[in-house]
Amino acid sequence: MAIADVKEYAHLTEEEVAELGRELDQIRVEIEESRGDADAAYINRLITVQRTLAAAGRVTLFASRWKPAFFAGAGLLAVAKILENMEIGHNVMHGQWDWMNDPEIHSSNWEWDTAQPAEQWKHSHNYIHHQFTNVLGYDNDIGYGILRMAREQKWHPANLGQPVYNALLATLFQWGVALHDLDIEAIRKREKDPKVMKKQLRQIWRKVRRQVGKDYVFFPALTGPAFVQTAAANALANLTRNLWSYMIIFCGHFPDGALHFTEEEIEDETRSEWYLRQVLGAANFTGGPLLHIMSGNLGYQIEHHLFPDLPSNRYGQISERVRPLCEKYGIPYTTGPLHRQYGQALRTILKLSLPNRFTTSDRRDGPHSPEIPRGRRADDERPVRRTETGGWTSRATA
Amino acid sequence: MGATEMVRETARKVGAGFTTPLLPDDYLSLLNPLWTARELRGRVEKVIPETEDAATLVIRPGWGWRYDHRPGQYVGIGVQVRGKFHWRSYSVSSPPKRSGRTIAITVRAMPEGFLSSHLVSGLQPGTIVRLALPNGDFVLPEPPPAKLLFLVGGSGITPVMAILRTLDRRGTLPDVVLAYSSPTPERMIFGAELRELATRHPTLHLHEQHTDTHGMLAMADLDRVCPDWRQRETWACGPAPMLDAIEEHWHDAGLTERLHLERFNPVLGGETAEGGTITFINSGKTCQADGATTVLEAGEQAGVGMPYGCRMGICHTCTLTLVQGTVRDLRNGNEFSGPNEPVQTCVTAAAGDCTLDI
Repeated sequence: MAIADVKEYAHLTEEEVAELGRELDQIRVEIEESRGDADAAYINRLITVQRTLAAAGRVTLFASRWKPAFFAGAGLLAVAKILENMEIGHNVMHGQWDWMNDPEIHSSNWEWDTAQPAEQWKHSHNYIHHQFTNVLGYDNDIGYGILRMAREQKWHPANLGQPVYNALLATLFQWGVALHDLDIEAIRKREKDPKVMKKQLRQIWRKVRRQVGKDYVFFPALTGPAFVQTAAANALANLTRNLWSYMIIFCGHFPDGALHFTEEEIEDETRSEWYLRQVLGAANFTGGPLLHIMSGNLGYQIEHHLFPDLPSNRYGQISERVRPLCEKYGIPYTTGPLHRQYGQALRTILKLSLPNRFTTSDRRDGPHSPEIPRGRRADDERPVRRTETGGWTSRATA
Repeated sequence: MGATEMVRETARKVGAGFTTPLLPDDYLSLLNPLWTARELRGRVEKVIPETEDAATLVIRPGWGWRYDHRPGQYVGIGVQVRGKFHWRSYSVSSPPKRSGRTIAITVRAMPEGFLSSHLVSGLQPGTIVRLALPNGDFVLPEPPPAKLLFLVGGSGITPVMAILRTLDRRGTLPDVVLAYSSPTPERMIFGAELRELATRHPTLHLHEQHTDTHGMLAMADLDRVCPDWRQRETWACGPAPMLDAIEEHWHDAGLTERLHLERFNPVLGGETAEGGTITFINSGKTCQADGATTVLEAGEQAGVGMPYGCRMGICHTCTLTLVQGTVRDLRNGNEFSGPNEPVQTCVTAAAGDCTLDI
């Protein structure tokens, strides 16, 4: 089930949608104008804390033959990696901190502590996911080409294995992300430009070699007799980060309230309609400040999708204005506790491992639309990029 | 590259295996903010008031700094104000030193310049600033000419001060005439030091022009202030109208080669390019730009969120990738062609149609 026209679905007139767009633009302007010392201090402090935790974890692991130090070191490192990937890396690469004019905290040259090269992430995430959010056939994040997450996606007997693939994806999340922009299916069908493929593989290989070298060769070797324990603790830290980021990310668009759209929606889509699609296609989760920092403020997924390049420390404050706005226009605003949101995502994964006729839909997106063809769209079949989703360069794709 | 520098580079490379995707600098700077060469940094050690609206900043540069600046050159300084880095260039007023390991720049607060006011009155000792390596060709040749003339207005004294201090320290001050314009005696930066220098060196002739009481130094007065100006190599630094008048006067006398100018707001070399259509691929925007408009200005006018820093070709904040086409550096006429050529958008203009990656 998917929506072909967001206006019609939300029962709003063209003028009302345009007015909503203006109100959201106004929020953007106000936040942009109020960015200042406190925001800069926030990201600098966070980076300091994150690097201190990482260093503390590495040092603690010199004693990793002693069980408590093993777990303490792995824990410190896991927290550092989670902060780096989620609240720092993901957000910096969206360009949330580019306004500071600081080349050390800038989307154009940030590289993050995970297997995927930043250039490829910025293409697959900033452009493909953020611009085409939840549009069937356009947003490759609907199941990541591994899971069937929409009833419109054609069932295949291989989908019966979804519970297993899901567990593997959660465990090996960073490797799944690393290969995401490659488009394995296109490679299998021999549709991928071999030049681009070679370039991307080279980027991935270079990055993976450094990442693996650090966690499984250099630091273990440095701790000498604790080689095995240090390597194991590093693996545990990476695994923890994988499971955590997998769960947070699956709560962004897979709970029942986050709706899907057909390609009719993005034909001549206005900026205001784009805003509306972002609200309808994303799901928040509730929690305290610590939970929000540890999840890169993606508990404010709706606000993040409306304003991908505004500083994440402001999303909480933005949500206090977006939510009443949604109530005013009668637009659903999906949110709930983390366990419920993830529970819904998991239920969909399990249900959709079966053909549609065995299950009922939990979503209320609209009439059933025809099945969409498998495979991805190439960049030249897509509309041009919106600047606010964050940059990417042709280094990743051409 | 010196031996210590080579050792440091090797250590950095080895260390990066541990700190990837970061550099060892990113962790060491947690211990001491100056222990990083990723972006050049300095700590403000002292803020010395010179006049009521000018101050000298003594800065201790961090790792990666090279102390080989030539007297008269300027450095870029980047200061974070309301969370955002702003860049300006200022002449180094201290002579080059092997020891001591600080540099001094002297700044006058301009009425319209919020950054210069911030530097003069808002900067606390201990502040960490960003730096760009010394640059500029407002320097004396080696050995210095036998007869020199300096025409200076206001804070234009700073590069000349570095030159004079160096000549004084070496004890080789040649025949120098310094004509220094300033509104009042009180507003003369380095006034006392210059007068003291002039009493110690009989070969230094200081002419003070207090423009509030005596008016501007007219070019017609030059024959009185410095009768043999035609025989002297001349260096001039000050406000743009003053420099324009000097430039014209020297041109009319057919002595352009003997004149060296330092402009605060550099007219970018006078080079132009052919202009053309600039395409910004990621934003899908295009615009027509003439050959005197920089790529940065063209992009800003087209509504592209262009990164920028010093806007004078120093800090590289504005660097973008040229995908296709050619741009020309307006300072020196150098051309850069895509694909994948990093170009400084603030000092380059389109030489034909070109495409940028933003």
